[in-house]
Amino acid sequence: MHELGIVFSIIDTIEDIAKEQNLSEVSSVTLQVGEVSTVIPRYLEDCWKWAVKKTEIMKECKLIHEPIEAITFCEDCEKTYRTVDFGKTCPHCGSENTYLVVGNEVQIKEIEAL
Amino acid sequence: MDKVKVIEIKQSVFSANDKQADALRAELKEKGIFLLNLMSSPGSGKTTTLTKTIEALKDEFKIGVMEADIDSDVDAKRIALTGAKAIQLHTGGMCHLDAGMTRQGLEGLDTSDVELAILENVGNLVCPAEFDTGATKNAMILSVPEGEDKPLKYPLMFSICDVVLINKIDVMPYFDFDLEQCKKNIRMRNPRAEIIPICAKTGEGIEQWAAWLRTQVKAARGEA
Repeated sequence: MHELGIVFSIIDTIEDIAKEQNLSEVSSVTLQVGEVSTVIPRYLEDCWKWAVKKTEIMKECKLIHEPIEAITFCEDCEKTYRTVDFGKTCPHCGSENTYLVVGNEVQIKEIEAL
Repeated sequence: MDKVKVIEIKQSVFSANDKQADALRAELKEKGIFLLNLMSSPGSGKTTTLTKTIEALKDEFKIGVMEADIDSDVDAKRIALTGAKAIQLHTGGMCHLDAGMTRQGLEGLDTSDVELAILENVGNLVCPAEFDTGATKNAMILSVPEGEDKPLKYPLMFSICDVVLINKIDVMPYFDFDLEQCKKNIRMRNPRAEIIPICAKTGEGIEQWAAWLRTQVKAARGEA
C-alpha cells in the first residue's frame, strides 16, 4: 500500500509542524495531487480515515484534494502539452526530447488548525 | 473559543522522508560505507544476482545484506549461505522501504564492520521509486521475460536509477526481447543510467557489474 506510506508521511510532517507552532488540533489538510503522481485519491482517503484515528491532534481531520494538471514541455519545438493525453511524445512535432514541467507532485498546501 | 487559523505549508509529502534520507546518506558517507538500494519486480532475479555479486566481491569487501519483504525469511537464508552477513526486514504489509526503515535495518545489521551494504527492496516497480531510502546509489534489475517496454510503463523507477541490470539474457531468443530497443527505452527515461546486460545464472556480465560496484565502494571509502 503505497498510499498508506504517503498518509503516514503527511501525518509525520503535520505533527512536526503542530509541535513547532503549538497547535492543539488540526481540522483539515489540503493536499495538491498531480495527475501523474501515481497517487490514487480514493485509496488515500481510505488510508487517511484509518490512520488519523491513531493520532492525538488529527482524529477529526479532513483531507481536501486539489488536483494539479500535468504539463510536459518539448525542448525541440518549445511548446507544452497535456501529459495525460500524449505521454512522453510531443503531439506538435513528434519529438521525445520532452520533460514534465508540473504534475508529479504531492504537496501539502495548507492546514486549518487551532 | 480559539480561532481556527489557516497555515500555509507548501511542502512535498515526501520532504520528511527526503530529509531523513539525506541525513542517512551523509552519515554513511562519513563512515565510508557504500549502500546500494536494489529494486526490481518480483521474480526478476534479485537474490540470485546478489549471491553472484557477493561471490565476486566477498574477498575484497566486507558485505552486509538487508532483505526486505512483506513476509518470510527465505531470501535472507539464501544470502547467508554465501557467507555474507544478512538480515531479513519485514515491512508489515508496506510495499516499499523508507529512510526510517532503512536506518533501523542498518542498525539491526550492525554496520561497524561492513564496507558494502546492500538493501534488497520489496519487489515492486512503483512505490520503492517514490521513497528515497538514503542509499548512496540506486540500481534496478529488469529481466528479459518482463519485456523491453517496462521503462515506458514505469518511468519513475527508471529515471531514479544509477544503473540498470538487464537480467536473464540467456533466454532472449524465447521472448522476442529486443535488447537495443530496451536500451533505447531506458535512455529515453534516463540518459545517465549505466546499462549492464547480465545472466545471473550463467555469470555472464557479472564481472562488469562487480567492476561498477567496486569503483563505487572504493570511492565511498575515499580510495581512488
